[in-house]
Amino acid sequence: MNKNDALLAYALRLGDNALILGQRMVELVAAYPELEEELANANFALDYIGQARMFYAYAGELEGKGRDEDDLALLRDENEYRNLLLIEQPNGHFGDSIAKLVLFEAFYLRQLEELVHCADKRIAEIAARAEKEIRYHLRHNTQWLIRLGDGTEESHARAQEAVDNLWRFTGEMFAADEVDNVFENEFDGPDLYRIREQWRETVAAVLEEATLAMPEDAWMASGGKAGRHSEHLGYMIAEMQYLQRAHPGASW
Amino acid sequence: MYTQGLDQKDKSAPKREQLETPEQLEAFQARIDAEEKIEAKDWMPEAYRRTLIRQISQHAHSEIIGMQPEGNWLTRAPTLKRKAILLAKIQDEAGHGLYLYSAGETLGVSRDQMVAGLLSGKAKYSSIFNYPTLTWADIGAIGWLVDGAAIMNQIPLCRCSYGPYARAMVRICKEESFHQRQGFDILRVLCAGTAGQKAMAQDALNRWWWPSLMMFGPNDADSKHSAQSMAWKIKRFSNDELRQKFVDVTVPQAEFLGLQVPDDDLVFDQESGHYRFGEIDWQEFIEVIKGNGPCNRQRLGKRRKAHDDGEWVREAARAYGEKQAAKAAA
Repeated sequence: MNKNDALLAYALRLGDNALILGQRMVELVAAYPELEEELANANFALDYIGQARMFYAYAGELEGKGRDEDDLALLRDENEYRNLLLIEQPNGHFGDSIAKLVLFEAFYLRQLEELVHCADKRIAEIAARAEKEIRYHLRHNTQWLIRLGDGTEESHARAQEAVDNLWRFTGEMFAADEVDNVFENEFDGPDLYRIREQWRETVAAVLEEATLAMPEDAWMASGGKAGRHSEHLGYMIAEMQYLQRAHPGASW
Repeated sequence: MYTQGLDQKDKSAPKREQLETPEQLEAFQARIDAEEKIEAKDWMPEAYRRTLIRQISQHAHSEIIGMQPEGNWLTRAPTLKRKAILLAKIQDEAGHGLYLYSAGETLGVSRDQMVAGLLSGKAKYSSIFNYPTLTWADIGAIGWLVDGAAIMNQIPLCRCSYGPYARAMVRICKEESFHQRQGFDILRVLCAGTAGQKAMAQDALNRWWWPSLMMFGPNDADSKHSAQSMAWKIKRFSNDELRQKFVDVTVPQAEFLGLQVPDDDLVFDQESGHYRFGEIDWQEFIEVIKGNGPCNRQRLGKRRKAHDDGEWVREAARAYGEKQAAKAAA
């Protein structure tokens, strides 16, 4: 894989992660138990949609085929999305959503911190902006996971179950493939091995404070980064793309 | 906006009210007449307080329930930009709900009490949100018509005699006017688009026009509490005055879009300079207020489910807080 292909693939992945997670959060709008959390969720989802737009716009430019952010977000097939399996998982209950966000954002924040210093100027610029947003998200979501874990017996059990269920999707974040490797080497991109160590430290500290047990590393699911997704993604994309597909070529 | 239920009869008559003297009431009215703002700690008649609690909480509930019909198209918004704009709008509405509840709390009622009123079905919210959003054009129609009608109602509320409410409304009005422009822009693009898109816009106007006119509440002749609210300067214009103003402003906008207002009786009256419009189906209005609109059960059901599903989360937060407090005390 050459340098340019890796850069395009990398930008698309960042866009896909932001879009798919943002879309999952959008599904929760108007269904939150507390108004303050309603605001936080909408605000965070807005950050992700904004990040997706920036990454896609850049990916479109890199590709040079005239595709814009909406072409990339709303007119690709399911197997062309390269987001992580973790973030396409259904929302479940509040604890499931919070656990998913903490596990992902503890990774994503490290990834962005590294990208701020990468050799591609545009990626570095977007990452600098996104980093500030995700740092705040992670702090907020971590506080929730701690409250759920160290709250009532019921909330503890639910939070533990959520972490246990999602754990098998965390390995994919650190499993470097060709895109990751080329991007790391050619653009001074993130070292996933090192990020994994930092992630484990962060997550271990949060789980400890939340009085939750850190699951054993066992079999890890993968495939999202290669376009092999869970059944859940297809439905989400069908819903998301409905108007673009039903009215080809229309302006909105 | 969102205060149509204001005209319901008030059944409670607390004892404090019986202790109010004519001198107190006179002095209060003199302050109102002098355009002074009444603040949270000032003396006020019990009926004034109750009216405001009812109006402000209904307004807050409407913001919260109003998130649902728009949220219905959030996952299917046609572009990322439209998705982001709609999301920001819905977030604004949650914010409006939050500070309206805060304004209500200055009158001595807690947010929990107000929310309990909504969930039990006792408190009302604007009837408009009991209509379904069936196509993307409905999101445009809500912004243009529903927020447009809301602004007509709300701008005078910025001068409402009760200070905390008036100040909350200043900010809300700014955001609502932005929302309205966004809604109009959705329809403008649809009307300039394909035949299918334009048909979608016309269909949305057909369904949202009359319910939007109903947002101003009953005709003046049938509006029982309006006179008192006007005297207290909570309300500055009558329902019919505001409705007329809305029609006068909106019909030319529909013409600009190339859409047909679904009213065969609509005609411009040169002499008065106003549009005359057909009779509103008040029976439909009454049915929707009573709970028989297309989405009443769905909207309240979703709110209740969200509240119930969150019970264990709220308990966890409480328990955690207690543990931390105990640790700090030890």
